Amino acid sequence: MTVQAPERPDVGFFPTDEEYVELLDKRTRRGAVVRTGFLALLSVAVLGLVILLVTIVDDSFGLVAVVNQNEPEAVVAAAGYDPATTALSDLSKEDLVTSLQGTISNGVGRRLEREQRFFEDRLVFESQAKWDEVCASDEPPSGCTGGARDTSSVLLLVEERVIQPDVVAVNGMIPSVLDGQGFRDRIESEFITVPEKYPDYTFDQVRFQWRAWLSWKFITSPSSSTPEIAGISTAILGSVWLVLIAVLFAVPVGVGAAIYLEEFARPNRINDIIQTNINNLAGVPSIIYGMLGLAVFVRVLEPITSGSLFGDFAPNGRTVMSAGLTLGLMSLPVVIISSQEALRAVPNSLRQAGMGLGATRWQTVRSQVLPVAIPGIMTGTILAVARAIGETAPLILVGAAGFITVSPSSPFSQFTALPIQIFQWTSLPQPEWRNLAAAASLVLLILLLTLNAAAVILRNRYSRRLT
Amino acid sequence: MTPRVDDTDMATQLRTTKRPLERAVVVSLFLAGAISIAVTLGILWELGKEALLFFQDEVVSIGDFFTTTVWQPQAGSFGIWPLILGTLYITVIALVVAVPVGLSAAIYLSEYASPRVRGILKPALEVLVGIPTVVFGFFALTFITPLLRGVFGVNTVGFFNVLSAGLVVGLLIVPLISSLAEDAMAAVPDSLRQAAYGLGASRLEVALRVVVPAALSGIAAGVVIAMSRAVGETMVVTLAAGASPRNFDLGTDSLFGTILNPFEGAQTITGYIVITASGDISYDTIDYNSIFALGLTLFIMTLTLNSLSRRIVKRFRQEYD
Repeated sequence: MTVQAPERPDVGFFPTDEEYVELLDKRTRRGAVVRTGFLALLSVAVLGLVILLVTIVDDSFGLVAVVNQNEPEAVVAAAGYDPATTALSDLSKEDLVTSLQGTISNGVGRRLEREQRFFEDRLVFESQAKWDEVCASDEPPSGCTGGARDTSSVLLLVEERVIQPDVVAVNGMIPSVLDGQGFRDRIESEFITVPEKYPDYTFDQVRFQWRAWLSWKFITSPSSSTPEIAGISTAILGSVWLVLIAVLFAVPVGVGAAIYLEEFARPNRINDIIQTNINNLAGVPSIIYGMLGLAVFVRVLEPITSGSLFGDFAPNGRTVMSAGLTLGLMSLPVVIISSQEALRAVPNSLRQAGMGLGATRWQTVRSQVLPVAIPGIMTGTILAVARAIGETAPLILVGAAGFITVSPSSPFSQFTALPIQIFQWTSLPQPEWRNLAAAASLVLLILLLTLNAAAVILRNRYSRRLT
Repeated sequence: MTPRVDDTDMATQLRTTKRPLERAVVVSLFLAGAISIAVTLGILWELGKEALLFFQDEVVSIGDFFTTTVWQPQAGSFGIWPLILGTLYITVIALVVAVPVGLSAAIYLSEYASPRVRGILKPALEVLVGIPTVVFGFFALTFITPLLRGVFGVNTVGFFNVLSAGLVVGLLIVPLISSLAEDAMAAVPDSLRQAAYGLGASRLEVALRVVVPAALSGIAAGVVIAMSRAVGETMVVTLAAGASPRNFDLGTDSLFGTILNPFEGAQTITGYIVITASGDISYDTIDYNSIFALGLTLFIMTLTLNSLSRRIVKRFRQEYD
């Protein structure tokens, strides 16, 4: 039998050399164009990220136009020092209290003193007789039992009550650096062209100064209704409480569930359902967890979450406890799934060796499998914590207080949290609040970046050791 | 010689030894796993119970809830469509942004990028995942909205508008689409690429005609997951899209002038829930019950999308050896 070659097609069927080169060029060109297109679209996302970060940093610092009711120099001079060499923060507590006495009314002073007294050994605004009477009443104010204010808190009071700064206009960091004079000129011309924007002041009163909205003072001061002195210490402490409770709940339960599913569960119906269910829960929007928290923790379990079972604490169930448990439930699927992955990565030989030596399943898991899986579990937990810290919607549902200045002191306290503070400040109309929201966002982002970096380092260090 | 202990005896003995502690550990581990079931049942029970109370209220009828187009709780008018309109409109805008950007990112990272470029771009996308949504909301309100108002005119674009919210939600779900799509493309075996290159295909042809079709089920599943995420997104839409539902009348309102105007605000399901709950909401009022009825709707929507995505993967997955 002979093999016959198939009939050749016409010469015209094949492209000529020129046509071939042209076709190839066309394909190459199209490839280059589309490739650039892919890169351009990808850059849109990266650009979005960069602009977002720049916006936040830009709003966290910058020039402000501020009007002080009393200039700090005048306060220093009134206390008998030379304003050229002494700053307000150098004044002693006695001088600061004297300055307060000269400015605020006796009524306000008494209220402040009842909140927290100025000196351990003497009273400033209140008479001793009245003080003893108030402290002997059924509900003595916090000033009767607590210690005295320290110098920095008196300094804050002086700034709030004596200097009374009022920021009338703000400017971003980048325009402030590039063209600070432009901002000054704009405000000056606005005083002439749109005077109704600044009804209470003349331009001579305005001082321009650099303001870091994100500062140590911002981080350590409690919230306030005056943007010039508001801080986020209450919110940070609230977030710490929430995460602590969420972790205390989610980690034991989540790791336990993962161990069960990976090490003990036989492939039967119930365990299948549990596994599918966990995957489903991971996709439930966080706001739904908030509704569950509202209905179960805040409402049904109110005697427990308000602390009234353990002695009366909070008026209702809208407490750190309820919110922490809600965040815990929300983190649970993430913790379970990442712990399962960590356990699955443990080589089977370890289990076989353990059981070969006569250990029971639980003994093998406890002393062989779990120690190896711990770094992976921790990585997953850190990532779950990072997600929980940034959550806002569920906290609003379980009743985070928008405005409180008292830091939470027990699981049964009212609370606010960093993202809640950002949300509240962003929704307020005056521009100063935007700057505060930006500064708080920056704090939150730095915190999350640190946590993520910790997770990555942990993962890299231990994954190298295993292989 | 006989063994000192009877082997079979010992094995039986070991197997039947009662180990109460071991048993207790296994039971408590099982209970930890079962808590997740309790959470699901809790969600269904609470949402269902309160939603039922809502529909039993005199001013509400379940028919009107699903058919009328005015949501005005103060006036006792509860038609869910304005809220669904807001939710879906923002989701669609978000997908219009996120699908091309996310897929391009995935194709570029998986098929084109050198390891060094990849090492820079991929972490940047991962950073986007970690940013809290409330910060995205801040960004929408302080950058995107003023930008849109600057471009299209202050009189055209409202302070609250769905376009700003949709764009930012889009940015937020880009990394979700890109990472899921990239995973799917990484699962396509190299032999397919090599075969195509061997036949003279260009990089673009390999990417678009071989890799993407082979990874299509994973890509589609990723898009559906991202959609579910956009539907459930809360803070960006609450901050940027405003708090007034876009009530409409299909008969008289023009479709593009009013109903689908991207420059005006529209409340979403999640936005209404958050705004209503942020006051000191009292139990057993119609407001309280209404958020649970909406929550149930939202839950069903996202659950449907999530199981759809899982089904796509299961049904169309190509198995390669």
